[in-house]
Amino acid sequence: MSTEQNLLTIRGVETYYGKIVALRGVDVDVKKGEIVTLIGANGAGKSTLMMTICGSPRARTGEIVFDGQDISRTPTHEIIRMGIAQSPEGRRIFPRMSVMENLQMGAQLVDDKHFDDDLKRVFDLFPRLKERANQRGGTLSGGEQQMLAIARALMSRPKLLLLDEPSLGLAPLIVKQIFEIIKELNSNEGLTVFLVEQNAFHALKLAHRGYVMVNGNITMSGTGAELLKRDEVRAAYLEGGAH
Amino acid sequence: MNAAPNSGLMAESVKDAAVAALLAAVLGFFFFALRTDIGTGGLDLTYRWGLWFIAIAIVFGVRLLLNLFIFKAKKPITSGVSVSVPPALTTAVGRVIGPVLLMIALTLPFIVMAVYPERDRQFIDLAILIMTYVMLGWGLNIVVGLAGLLDLGYVAFYAVGAYSFALLAQYFDIGFWMALPLAGLLAAMWGIILGYPVLRLRGDYLAIVTLAFGEIIRVVLLNWYEFTGGPDGISGIPKPSFFGLDFSRTGGFADFFGLDYDSIHRFIYLYYIILVLALITNFVTLRLRKLPIGRAWEALREDEIACRSLGINTTNTKLTAFSIGAMFGGFAGSFFATRQGFISPESFTFLESAIILAIVVLGGLGSQIGVVIASVVMIGGIEILRNLGFLKEIFGPDFEPTQYRMLIFGLAMVLIMVWKPRGIISSRNPSAVYKERKKIGSDMVAQGEGH
Repeated sequence: MSTEQNLLTIRGVETYYGKIVALRGVDVDVKKGEIVTLIGANGAGKSTLMMTICGSPRARTGEIVFDGQDISRTPTHEIIRMGIAQSPEGRRIFPRMSVMENLQMGAQLVDDKHFDDDLKRVFDLFPRLKERANQRGGTLSGGEQQMLAIARALMSRPKLLLLDEPSLGLAPLIVKQIFEIIKELNSNEGLTVFLVEQNAFHALKLAHRGYVMVNGNITMSGTGAELLKRDEVRAAYLEGGAH
Repeated sequence: MNAAPNSGLMAESVKDAAVAALLAAVLGFFFFALRTDIGTGGLDLTYRWGLWFIAIAIVFGVRLLLNLFIFKAKKPITSGVSVSVPPALTTAVGRVIGPVLLMIALTLPFIVMAVYPERDRQFIDLAILIMTYVMLGWGLNIVVGLAGLLDLGYVAFYAVGAYSFALLAQYFDIGFWMALPLAGLLAAMWGIILGYPVLRLRGDYLAIVTLAFGEIIRVVLLNWYEFTGGPDGISGIPKPSFFGLDFSRTGGFADFFGLDYDSIHRFIYLYYIILVLALITNFVTLRLRKLPIGRAWEALREDEIACRSLGINTTNTKLTAFSIGAMFGGFAGSFFATRQGFISPESFTFLESAIILAIVVLGGLGSQIGVVIASVVMIGGIEILRNLGFLKEIFGPDFEPTQYRMLIFGLAMVLIMVWKPRGIISSRNPSAVYKERKKIGSDMVAQGEGH
């Protein structure tokens, strides 16, 4: 696979928590305009990979190239400045700040003159947030908080959007809505998305390509449709969950 | 209501009250029934059974009444009384309370001179003290209230400010107005120097380290005898001048304006200096809250990891909060030095940090008005307790109200925390409000929403 058209190239990344190894040499490619998903069980290292891309924790070996630059030694806040936005695991919105202030925090790195347009864009995507604009983040429902986390990430005008388990703890209907919005963002605006999910069925259906992670290793990769057909994937991640 | 549940209520209430009375008896036995005095050859033990029984009876009686009418009653008599302030009123009060307090603060010396002409100096001095704590509270509010960094050593910056001015005055003969910005700058620098290595710590760990720094500064001041005078302190710190005019008996402020000399002029002047300094602190804080840096502080308090994932440089954000807070502490410190005319390390103990922190926490983290209310209550309250002379007439001439100062003070703090666990003013005003443009688009009309 040529790496030239890649927005994000991860090669041989190993990450440790102290002496415990979390990632054992991971290779992942994300091309411009793709939705790529990473699925795996609890504790496989999915979130660790996502955090490693953002530089906290750091990769002990290997390289992470984003937009032609090695970012494996770059401080987190500078990585974000280069155009990676993250909707972190567990959403992590600011509960005592209003929806509006949360979105302003997302736009912290962007020139003020874009703010009104960007705000309109996310409110068009998530009309619910517009209704709740002056409410405190902590008073939103789980689904709305997830929308806010994604909207906040979008406010920084990213080239690459990292989503860590957006479906966590949400009703199936809301999950469907959120995934549709991700798809819309990708097809209408060409936004590149790297999605970490446990909800393998929905994620693989949505994604152009997928990776399966087991115990800190990538064990399988392929297009979403291919992976959905593989018996190993079905047995491990989809049995009883494929609706 | 029939008789059966009523008698059940009575029995239950009596039982509960008896348990409370028993507890009071056990606890009170050592405090009320026994009294030890230092006598010849050891301690003399005296028994005060009367007092003990009265205490038990009071607990039993009050508990019984509370049970009958409030705790266990079907219709607590407080239900009708429950304070239901209409929200419109609270917001109205919230809107006017700031300007009203400001008006009072601006005219306070003249109100005091008109109302209490015989004790005006004492009251203005108290107002200066309260205002100093308001300023310190506002300064610490940036660090603790907005940025959420628990700083137990804030008094260190107060000390740096005070000693900066005192030493500059002593060694270089620099006056208050020249030294003030330098003191703020030095305190801010110390904020950065102390902050840089420790700001990767969080919560409890940060608190302990800041506590240690507060003590280190004090101990250095105490032991560096040749430079700081150690425990002797520094005296003869110059008073602030009014555009070059001193507040002296002849040839100063009074002569220049053709007034009769009165020492009250200097007190009023000091009051306005600290008022202006405090208002600057408030103004800067309110401005910063609306700017990206202030928003980042508040976001940092909420969730540090989320901040990092949004590209916020958390180290720099914390450092700015720490150093700006320290700077205002430094300003307040040099004001303190000029007001006292004498400083020593004794003024900068941990208790001082604790009081400032208590003001911020009781007022409600991040609330500017809350800090004002808490300062008035705490500092003013301490002073009022000093002057409770009339209690002597009730409890006899041996009663010394100042002995109970800390007890009442502690009780008041517990009550506030029970009643309002997030501080007196716990609501937070958002720094930005989304207003939808009222233009009605064609799409809205099409959906029938454009009315």
